Amino acid sequence: MAEQTISPVPAPQDASAERVPTVVADRVDIVYRVNGTGAGRGSATAALNRILRRGKAEKAAGVRRVHAVKKVSFVAHRGEAIGLIGSNGSGKSTLLKAVAGLLPVENGHIYTDGQPSLLGVNAALMSDLTGERNVHLGGLAMGMSREQIKERYQDIVDFSGINEKGDFITLPMRTYSSGMAARLRFSIAAAKDHDVLLIDEALATGDRSFQKRSEARIRELRKHAGTVFLVSHNNNSIRDTCERALWLERGELRMDGPTEDVLKEYEAFTGDRKKK
Amino acid sequence: MSQVLDAPPPMQVPADGDLAALAARHGLTVSGARPSVPAYVRQLWDRRHFITAFATAKLTAQYSQAKLGQLWQVMTPLLNAAVYYFIFGVLLGTKRGVADFIPFLVTGVFVWTFTQSSIMAGTRAISGNLGLVRALHFPRAALPISFCLQQLQQLLFSMLALIAIILCVGVPVSASWLLALPALVLQFVFNAGVSMVLARMGAKTPDIAQLMPFLLRTWMYVSGVMWSIDQHTKDQPRALSLLLEYNPAALYIDLMRFALIDSFGADKLPPHVWLAAAGWAVAAGIGGFIYFWKAEETYGRG
Repeated sequence: MAEQTISPVPAPQDASAERVPTVVADRVDIVYRVNGTGAGRGSATAALNRILRRGKAEKAAGVRRVHAVKKVSFVAHRGEAIGLIGSNGSGKSTLLKAVAGLLPVENGHIYTDGQPSLLGVNAALMSDLTGERNVHLGGLAMGMSREQIKERYQDIVDFSGINEKGDFITLPMRTYSSGMAARLRFSIAAAKDHDVLLIDEALATGDRSFQKRSEARIRELRKHAGTVFLVSHNNNSIRDTCERALWLERGELRMDGPTEDVLKEYEAFTGDRKKK
Repeated sequence: MSQVLDAPPPMQVPADGDLAALAARHGLTVSGARPSVPAYVRQLWDRRHFITAFATAKLTAQYSQAKLGQLWQVMTPLLNAAVYYFIFGVLLGTKRGVADFIPFLVTGVFVWTFTQSSIMAGTRAISGNLGLVRALHFPRAALPISFCLQQLQQLLFSMLALIAIILCVGVPVSASWLLALPALVLQFVFNAGVSMVLARMGAKTPDIAQLMPFLLRTWMYVSGVMWSIDQHTKDQPRALSLLLEYNPAALYIDLMRFALIDSFGADKLPPHVWLAAAGWAVAAGIGGFIYFWKAEETYGRG
């Protein structure tokens, strides 16, 4: 079966040369540790117990280990768009963050070509500042130079459509509607070109016309980016953008193959669950 | 759990080392690995505009909801100084024997506040900004440094108020005011270093943030912010007064007083004061930076 091999994707135009890998995940384990759970649920005695027993068994000390991603291996190549699917809490976003180098892995290694970046700048923006200053701040936070920001500023504002209903870009972001804020955030994030681009459910923001523009922008980003990873619960957007899919379930990689095959199995799995 | 997982389809798992070899052949590098110190410094330098923009943005956002807006930048330190003047100057009478007590006190409060808020902000620099750390790539030292820069900008606002006060009580303008600049630079480097140490500790153990206010308050009371170490340690053992005088906070406060207040002469400074102040700055700056860098790749773990 084609989907059982590690890299069964239909080869791109130049099948002659060995395809260039951009992301290699080698038996990756990711574990979160959460304080204040377990028997005592964060009570004072449990905390004390945790301190006194430091270095002993973590479980006894009230630290819960959440094994979010288990022994996942895959190779992504240049020019591929890969969809990550799986039910909620299956470790998709966690895996994406680890590929971006933002979460340390417990075991195994993730090798990347250049610096993969997550599409998203939400955390760097401040709602008390004007949209204009947030464009600058977000751009700098993503590592753009001041000249680049100046150059693309008008594009970002035009793309977000913030100023379509009046001069909103000079108002603080806290005065924006949630849709407007989401559109501005996406526009800032999408303004930069990336080697390896990781997108986490970004397609679901804004109204219909903005969604169409975002999809077009993502296709454009794909052209410049070596490889695109897309996490989404919308099977259609995965179908439209990706030719290969990884299916994660409970942190394990259940399937890796052409989007159609994987989605068929996945839809059978989720449909099956609904009947129960 | 309602769903029962059927056995996953068997996957062809490559043999050990295959993937590592493939990665090595194409020159891929480990994602999120810690860069060397020179590379780290270079990355930090490349992000200098982000560091300053983030500091300014934080400072501006701070009072943007208040009616008086940025006026609070000056009002807050002034009100602080007024409270200390009332408690210590009037009620407890520590002003006896101190010439120009108001400038003496206000300088102490402002300079101390700079160190205190830098360290407090540093403690929460990573643990309070996990969203940022988990979403974007940048050398993490940018955060504590940026918070210290924000406090420095805040202090410059306070200095405007301070200079107004000093002129009002009749302290003359003098060339020695220029000495405030090197003193501030040294203090900034010291603050940034300590902030980076606490940022790493606070990232691992967020409880530190609960503990810091008490440590900082103790430090404030022993640093001669609102009383003169010189006056009160006359009859005490020499070791004690040395310990108090050479603690970094006291050094930076005294240097600023020396620079701005003409009645606070060089006789009130301990010997080799600039050397000691620079020593603290270099030790804390370099030590803190290295200590912070050593855990660079672990920041962001839950």
